[in-house]
Amino acid sequence: MSEQQYEKYYVPAQSAWPIVGAVALFLIAVGAGNFVVESTRGKEGFGGWILTAGLLVLLVMLVGWFRDQIEESMAGKYSAQLGRSYRQGMSWFIFSEVMFFAAFFGALFYTRMIAVPWLAGESNNAMTNAVLWPGFEAIWPLTTTPDGTTTQAMGWMGLPLINTAILLISSVTAHFAHVALEEGKRGRLKLFLGITIVLGLIFLFLQVEEYVHAYRDLGLTLTSGVYGNTFFLLTGFHGLHVTLGTLMLIIMFFRVLKGHFNKENQFAFQATSWYWHFVDVVWVILFVFVYIL
Amino acid sequence: MSSVADDLHHDEHHDHKPAGIMRWLLTTNHKDIGTLYLWFAFIMFLVGGAMAMVIRAELFQPGLQIVEPNFFNQMTTVHGLIMVFGAVMPAFTGLANWMVPLMIGAPDMALPRMNNWSFWILPGAFLILLASLFLEGGGPNFGWTFYAPLSTTYSNDSTALFVFSVHIMGISSIMGAINVIVTIFNMRAPGMTWMKMPMFVWTWLITAFLLIAVMPVLAGAVTMVLTDKYFGTSFFDAAGGGDPVLFQHIFWFFGHPEVYIMILPAFGIISHIVPTFSRKKLFGYSSMVYATASIALLSFIVWAHHMFTTGMPLFAEMFFMFATMLISVPTGVKVFNWVATMWRGSISYEMPMMFALAFIVLFTIGGFSGLMLAITPVDFQYHDTYFVVAHFHYVLVTGAVFSIMAAVYYWLPKWCGKMYDQTLAQWHFWCSLISVNLLFFPMHFVGLAGMPRRIPDYALQFADFNKWISIGGFAFGLSQLIFLALIIKASRKIGEPATAQVWDGAEGLEWEVPSPAPYHTFETPPEVK
Repeated sequence: MSEQQYEKYYVPAQSAWPIVGAVALFLIAVGAGNFVVESTRGKEGFGGWILTAGLLVLLVMLVGWFRDQIEESMAGKYSAQLGRSYRQGMSWFIFSEVMFFAAFFGALFYTRMIAVPWLAGESNNAMTNAVLWPGFEAIWPLTTTPDGTTTQAMGWMGLPLINTAILLISSVTAHFAHVALEEGKRGRLKLFLGITIVLGLIFLFLQVEEYVHAYRDLGLTLTSGVYGNTFFLLTGFHGLHVTLGTLMLIIMFFRVLKGHFNKENQFAFQATSWYWHFVDVVWVILFVFVYIL
Repeated sequence: MSSVADDLHHDEHHDHKPAGIMRWLLTTNHKDIGTLYLWFAFIMFLVGGAMAMVIRAELFQPGLQIVEPNFFNQMTTVHGLIMVFGAVMPAFTGLANWMVPLMIGAPDMALPRMNNWSFWILPGAFLILLASLFLEGGGPNFGWTFYAPLSTTYSNDSTALFVFSVHIMGISSIMGAINVIVTIFNMRAPGMTWMKMPMFVWTWLITAFLLIAVMPVLAGAVTMVLTDKYFGTSFFDAAGGGDPVLFQHIFWFFGHPEVYIMILPAFGIISHIVPTFSRKKLFGYSSMVYATASIALLSFIVWAHHMFTTGMPLFAEMFFMFATMLISVPTGVKVFNWVATMWRGSISYEMPMMFALAFIVLFTIGGFSGLMLAITPVDFQYHDTYFVVAHFHYVLVTGAVFSIMAAVYYWLPKWCGKMYDQTLAQWHFWCSLISVNLLFFPMHFVGLAGMPRRIPDYALQFADFNKWISIGGFAFGLSQLIFLALIIKASRKIGEPATAQVWDGAEGLEWEVPSPAPYHTFETPPEVK
């Protein structure tokens, strides 16, 4: 780094975006809380509208906040030290995401290794099985729940395997794009970034196909016992993260077209790339524990 | 690059504060945001305290007199949630905001705009939680631990709002923690090496790590409650292959590190105050650092000691019992070091020191009752009784809350530039000390005798103790109004002016800036020798 180590740290003057964001989150929480109750209990109400309003305000906030950030960054106000703050902040954010997924993987492991075998009488639970759930057998995927709900398991061949290949390749292309950026090869950068985005979109499309297949053909739904629960919440939250990652990649693509980013100034690109690798790693773990084993 | 730096230099050299409400809504200043956190925490402390008064009024005598059982349950639930997420945690975050940049010689927090966001989403979250009490059917009534199936099968429809408000509290904590951790990693002044960092900074660094590690797990837990209740999943329902005990595992995987989140910063505060007023260096600084880290790591492998009576296999009960007892080793190191710091010190008994001394004695009592609860076979007797309530109020009220009060007395002159009112301080301390013990000490006895927690009525033999507990509770609640008066007085700049160093034994960068601390400090980093 050419800058001296303690060049002035940029502390922005007042900013309106956080308070706009606070209003947005407030509306989202109120709206979502009401919407969930209204939609599942068949009640009338404004929950959906409040939620939509909150999401719109959040969108305005995100656009405005990032616009300010980009302007400041392009104006050269950011020191190397601030860049480190952003990178460390992003790393810790990804760590928090890892722990969010850990909660759901923990639920998967616990139900699979402990709860389901115990319901079938393992450990010292013979009476639980005999009295409460007679005839229940521990198998995984849990195609017949203790109360008799049945479903079919999702195999790992076919769509899931193709999706795994797509995401793994997209991780490689994202890396190639990053290398191209470092080397200043803008054409290659655009090409590989574009390929990564297309792969992300194909993944999402196939994931929707897989859900349709699960609901229509397999009878595997969100309500078909813990197998369906863990399957849909893990793949669903992963899908949401891929969606977010793809959106971030698309924004990076437009910024690249505008000529942003170079070897020194590339935090947003780097963060997006880290995030993309993170969703890929989550998928690999998910593929092993949800689909194969 | 240098021309830009010059521009910035001109831009930012104004020290005047923006006026009016917009100063607080739009601020990016760590001192403003710290102040906001601290006031918010204090208001929530009074609101949660008012709920505790309702609980104690109902328990003043046996039988049902004042509130319906369902409302009583809402009071215990929301009291707990507010005190944990609305009072203690924001108070520590406020202290971190104010003091960490001052202590490490940073110009501000690392991510100032996100700092504002992480504060301003909190009032909304608590507004939702409090408003849900007025819904038809009432607010959350399943205890702050929201065990399934109480929160899934048997809860009312305020649960959805509860879930989303907890999500926002979690987002706020995570953003706050990321800010603190990045500030400490990246913003230390030249020469402020790791093992020169003040203890409060060390303890907050480790706390921030715990927060980032476990708040997302809480988010996962409330999400599963939401889908179980509204979308037909059965994570916590045996009929679908799930298990209600799974909820407790996930919750306490968050919940146990959470209790250290609420006490590690307290350890940091006490490790500043005791040396200052003993006029000695902290005894065993590096062992304090390692003890803090050990407590934090151990906190991840002890969660099931909250669940000894759920029917876990014997091996698990043994493992969690011994792992829990292991925590008393680093905690003992800390208590030993504080006492050793005082040994042969020239001690003076200003108010921060009084609260710190009360902390050391009373927190240790809470620690010992924790050790009793850690022993699996006897926990079968103590579980879910007032003994547990006594234990965690000793560590949280006379522990965490007393340390926050000690911190306020210690740093108030630095924040306001005025000394606090000595008379009010004495009244506040002695009233609090006596009443808090009247409030919580007899809970040990009724608990050991079998009085269950979270029940609005009790057997006649507990009547006398409960009367005294309630009187202690009201007295402790009223004592905090003295504290409120004292703080208002100092923040309105009434009182003797404070010097920059304030306390003659005080050491550290925060005492090198004037009192009150200027709006912007350490714009050029100080050199630490």
